[in-house]
Amino acid sequence: MTGTLDPTVLNLIIFVLAVFVGYHVIWNVTPALHTPLMSVTNAISSVIIVGAVLAAGPAQIDFGSLMGTAAVALAAVNVAGGFLVTRRMLEMFKKKK
Amino acid sequence: MSANLVALWYLVASVCFILALKGLSSPETARRGNAFGIAGMAIALLVTCAVVAKAGRLDLVLLAMLAGGLIGALAANKVQMTQMPETVAAMHSLVGLAAVLIAFAVVNNPVSFGLQAQIPTGNKLELFIGTFVGAITFSGSIIAFGKLAGLGKSFRLFSSAPVVFPGQHWLNLGLALVMVGFGVAFFLSPDKAWTPFIVMTAIAFALGVLIIIPIGGADMPVVISMLNSYSGWAAAGIGFSLNNSMLIVAGSLVGSSGAILSYIMCKAMNRSFISVILGGFGAAEGSAAQGGADKTVRSGAADDAAFLMSNAESVIIVPGYGLAVARAQHAVKEMAEKLREKGVNVRYAIHPVAGRMPGHMNVLLAEAEVPYDQVFEMEDINGEFGTTDVVLVLGANDVVNPLAYEKGSAIYGMPVLDAHKARTVLVNKRSMASGYAGLDNPLFYLDKTMMVFGDAKKVVEEIVKALH
Repeated sequence: MTGTLDPTVLNLIIFVLAVFVGYHVIWNVTPALHTPLMSVTNAISSVIIVGAVLAAGPAQIDFGSLMGTAAVALAAVNVAGGFLVTRRMLEMFKKKK
Repeated sequence: MSANLVALWYLVASVCFILALKGLSSPETARRGNAFGIAGMAIALLVTCAVVAKAGRLDLVLLAMLAGGLIGALAANKVQMTQMPETVAAMHSLVGLAAVLIAFAVVNNPVSFGLQAQIPTGNKLELFIGTFVGAITFSGSIIAFGKLAGLGKSFRLFSSAPVVFPGQHWLNLGLALVMVGFGVAFFLSPDKAWTPFIVMTAIAFALGVLIIIPIGGADMPVVISMLNSYSGWAAAGIGFSLNNSMLIVAGSLVGSSGAILSYIMCKAMNRSFISVILGGFGAAEGSAAQGGADKTVRSGAADDAAFLMSNAESVIIVPGYGLAVARAQHAVKEMAEKLREKGVNVRYAIHPVAGRMPGHMNVLLAEAEVPYDQVFEMEDINGEFGTTDVVLVLGANDVVNPLAYEKGSAIYGMPVLDAHKARTVLVNKRSMASGYAGLDNPLFYLDKTMMVFGDAKKVVEEIVKALH
């Protein structure tokens, strides 16, 4: 075997392994916490903001960086909102004496 | 920072995200899990900003982040727990739209993402997938949001009843094929192919609307989980096209999470995912329930219900969507406390599809400060109904319908809470209208059943008064 690995193949490997990890971790989530699960996964998928930051980053402002800036704002709503609302909900799931 | 160092930091962030989900396996570890999630996100953002700061400008980024973050934080603090389903739907739509915008930026200037000016074909394919999934997530979530927020009166597409028309599924299929066709055109064209890309995105937006409108209100737990899943796949797709492993990992975690939740919800309704997605269920509402007209129900007042429960040894409360609509959770908790003071063993039984999203009832009860160890999932408590004195059904219907045990009924095989096995059954409903499945419920006509008509909150408050 010669040559370098195509990044797409590498991505696919990561993808398949991550789906397996997700599958096993999610089945362990207690049904009582399914709503917080949805809000926290929402916040986590907003890590797409990383792509948005790259898009908004170029020194020269053009169509792409404006799109990126808008995407940063949208994803930031979710990052902050998702984690905070999850925390708010989880605060309620406390054992009371 | 070298590319390797960046990738390693992204790996740390990915592990944090996995730990965030792992924490949710129990309420004790869940808060720590959320802290991991926040840490992972902070790492991801700091590292990326450091990369951008070296080569480009950060002012726009920081401004947008501040504005978005502020809006998100305010919304997170203000939102009511009864509004969680539509809030989550709104959040899905934002992820979807962000994915589409990023894809446009990638097509416009691949170099700023570290790709070659001529986007490699592999990344192009993934870009196409990430974009249309993101677009469908966006418009589909907007419709889901409208349905969940009850905006059907002001805009027909938001109606919680299914919106169906002849040839609907063929239209959707045709549009999907055309969309894929334009995607292939984008994939095959040598340079920036804006036209097929834009047409494809536009069709995907339309498809998102068309796919969700025929799905009725009570199937929303499946829809919202499905859109959750889509938002994850969209993020993974963007991760693929940017060769960003962290995005792929985070997206896959979210994608599989949503897929598993959809599966759990479908199983709890004994319906196939396909039949839920094709929609139209419950459109014939009312026609099937005619048989109940000549049967008689026994109805009683809140005082009678209070008397029955205070003399019981054990009570199981079955909450449903009606409880959420009436915002009765605090009143219910007060009632349960009073009963407990009298020595009654009060527990709650939660059906997986009670409410409008997975875990909806658990969050409402938690908000009312009901200790979670009094709240039981269906499989844990279903065996206990036979030895229970009183069951109080609050605004639930299909999930306690014993017809599920009768061959040939529309809901045959659906797992239900065995409320009919208790010694006495109290049912609070606003009227005798049938449930979502359009079925009559034999539980209401049993000799041991007493109906207490009225708004859940008012009825429970009256019971509390009668309990002293």
